[in-house]
Amino acid sequence: MSTLLIIVIVGLLTGIAIAIVSRLFGTAADPMEENLKALLPGANCGGCGFAGCSGYAKALAEGTAKPGLCAAQKAEDLEKMVAMLGVAAEAKEPLVAVVMCNGDDINASRQAQYNGINDCRNAAIVAGGAKTCVFGCLGLGSCARVCPFGAIEITEHHIAVVHRELCRGCGRCVQVCPKKLIRLVPKSAEVNVLCSNPMKGPAKFKACKAACIGCGKCVREAPDNMHIDTGTSLAKVNYENPPSEALANVCPTHALRKQID
Amino acid sequence: MSKFFHFYGGVHPNESKISSGVPIAEPPLYPLYTVPLSMHIGAPAKALVSVGDKVLKGQRIGEPASFVSSNIHSPTSGKIKSMGTCLGPMGNQLPCVVIESDGEDKEAEPLPPILNWRDSDPQTLRNRVAEAGIVGMGGASFPTPVKLSVPPGKMIDTLIINGVECEPCLTADHRLMLEAPKMILDGVSIVANLLQVKNVFIGIEDNKPDAIALLTKEAASYSNPEIHIAPLHVRYPQGAEKQLIYAITKRQVPSGGLPADVHCVVQNIGSSFAIAEAVIKGKPLYERVTTVTGTPLVAPGNWRFRVGTSYAEAIKLAGGLKEGAQIGKLISGGPMMGFAVYSQEIPVMKNTSGILLMSPDEIHQYTSKSCLRCGRCNDVCPMQLMPGILSVQIENERFDDAQNWHVMDCIECGCCAYTCPAGRPLVQHMRRAKAEVGAKLRAAKAAADAAKAAADAAKAAADGKNAK
Repeated sequence: MSTLLIIVIVGLLTGIAIAIVSRLFGTAADPMEENLKALLPGANCGGCGFAGCSGYAKALAEGTAKPGLCAAQKAEDLEKMVAMLGVAAEAKEPLVAVVMCNGDDINASRQAQYNGINDCRNAAIVAGGAKTCVFGCLGLGSCARVCPFGAIEITEHHIAVVHRELCRGCGRCVQVCPKKLIRLVPKSAEVNVLCSNPMKGPAKFKACKAACIGCGKCVREAPDNMHIDTGTSLAKVNYENPPSEALANVCPTHALRKQID
Repeated sequence: MSKFFHFYGGVHPNESKISSGVPIAEPPLYPLYTVPLSMHIGAPAKALVSVGDKVLKGQRIGEPASFVSSNIHSPTSGKIKSMGTCLGPMGNQLPCVVIESDGEDKEAEPLPPILNWRDSDPQTLRNRVAEAGIVGMGGASFPTPVKLSVPPGKMIDTLIINGVECEPCLTADHRLMLEAPKMILDGVSIVANLLQVKNVFIGIEDNKPDAIALLTKEAASYSNPEIHIAPLHVRYPQGAEKQLIYAITKRQVPSGGLPADVHCVVQNIGSSFAIAEAVIKGKPLYERVTTVTGTPLVAPGNWRFRVGTSYAEAIKLAGGLKEGAQIGKLISGGPMMGFAVYSQEIPVMKNTSGILLMSPDEIHQYTSKSCLRCGRCNDVCPMQLMPGILSVQIENERFDDAQNWHVMDCIECGCCAYTCPAGRPLVQHMRRAKAEVGAKLRAAKAAADAAKAAADAAKAAADGKNAK
């Protein structure tokens, strides 16, 4: 009983001491900074170029940064921020991450069994991974684990897909993918060429039924919206002028499509 | 018979050397040989032939593309069927030449034999080793002529020949020592002559008493320099360069250093044999002794395969699979440091010391659990690293810390993973860190070189201006 009493008294005394010290020596936080921070998503993704959300809020309060740098911020929060600061937002087109690979277990074949560390970057060192297509998504989820917004899902067929409505385009996943498959593209582009294999058409079709074989059908259909990349013989979307969703129907291998149907 | 101490750490796995009593046999001539142009560390060789060309056995078909590279020779006579890429044991695509055998096996004019090698100057011998395309045949396949070129400012006083064969299951070097001791000792003397060293040791583990006895007897007739046989306690990885140097000479290769830093050169038994053949017979390196072993096989054994023979043919030669047996894993090399491969179309290369088959019930799959901090990996690590701590750092992507804890000194021998009770894939962690830190170091070096070049250019421009 006396032990309990001592602990309670010591706790009270320490609490009082801390309260006095913080009153005497504490610095008041900038209320502006606190309010701005509340309007930021708090994911600390670092996409703005500052050290986390509080770093960006501080820069905003000091006037050294403009609003609109945060890719993850909601539109209404940005409006509130602009109103609060009285500075026009930096124009920025919303971006979204896309995994440029279609090779899930249904489409792409496997040539080996991998049972090492469950991380794409480790698997990539072991003979480039287990898939026949060495350019394809390994599906071990390194990108999903670093996503601050939980926007990347590894499907039951072992491929990473980005949920567009959750993705805020911070670009963390782009950095960790060992196969360099993830790209940030304008949100206005609804369909993308989900293949990154630069090999010849027949070779990649053997490894993956959903490969872009560079047939050029989409380019003939919509020459303003698509082009064939000469180096890799892959069809590419012109992101300044992206094609409509209907164009996906012309692709014989369904490499050109929306990421999630 | 004096015993040498062994090195720090190491493990002693089940030896399973079931093919050690089987003499080396000659395989038949195969219709196709897929000869990779990159059977060595360094730049792939430059092809000297094109599709449709006729080649003879021993004819040079690839030449070194840089200083660290090697010559490649045709394993038989025939026609070049195609040139492209083939699958290598590490899962990578290697440039290759496919030779269709004409069945005659006609030999090209051999290189002129150097019979007075005792009086030849080192450069002649070194050129011959380069001409014959000899690389380290223990596994790493470092081009031998580069190894035998002593860097300026370094002094070599000890030659160590690696007859340890510490990998379980493999018996190729053991059989070679029993069947060609004279040729091996000639090769050792040639290298000793070339390097002009006085101390020559052949390290052999004491699980091969017959090889120790035979070589000791034969070595008695060699003098100037004398060849000492060093029996060693069985311990894996004694065949690793740094560990073998320590076991025999008690010299420690410094971190990031080379054997030349402690005045040593280490050569493999197979390489010594190949050097003797190249110098005395003028025969280039296009065949090597390889063990084909494993419990699923009917008749495991040792064969003198020509490079380019596919693993499928090698397995057929060993009697194929026993009735009802299955391949759980196919490994190129030994069980500790070999590479699991997924295709039997991989060709035998200059560094293929073994082809190992394991049945499905011999394979244990572990799931990685958290590090228990038991410290067993510290006890067995022959480089005296702390693999457990390193693996935790690497899991958390603290590669700078891992670099400070000397992850780059890891030799990937696998003792830590072998002994880990938590089933942690420690070697894979180390490889990841070595890849990350290596990339960082290369980038830093490139940046430093570029800065230096820019500074030099600026200085040259300033000098030019001053001169005017």
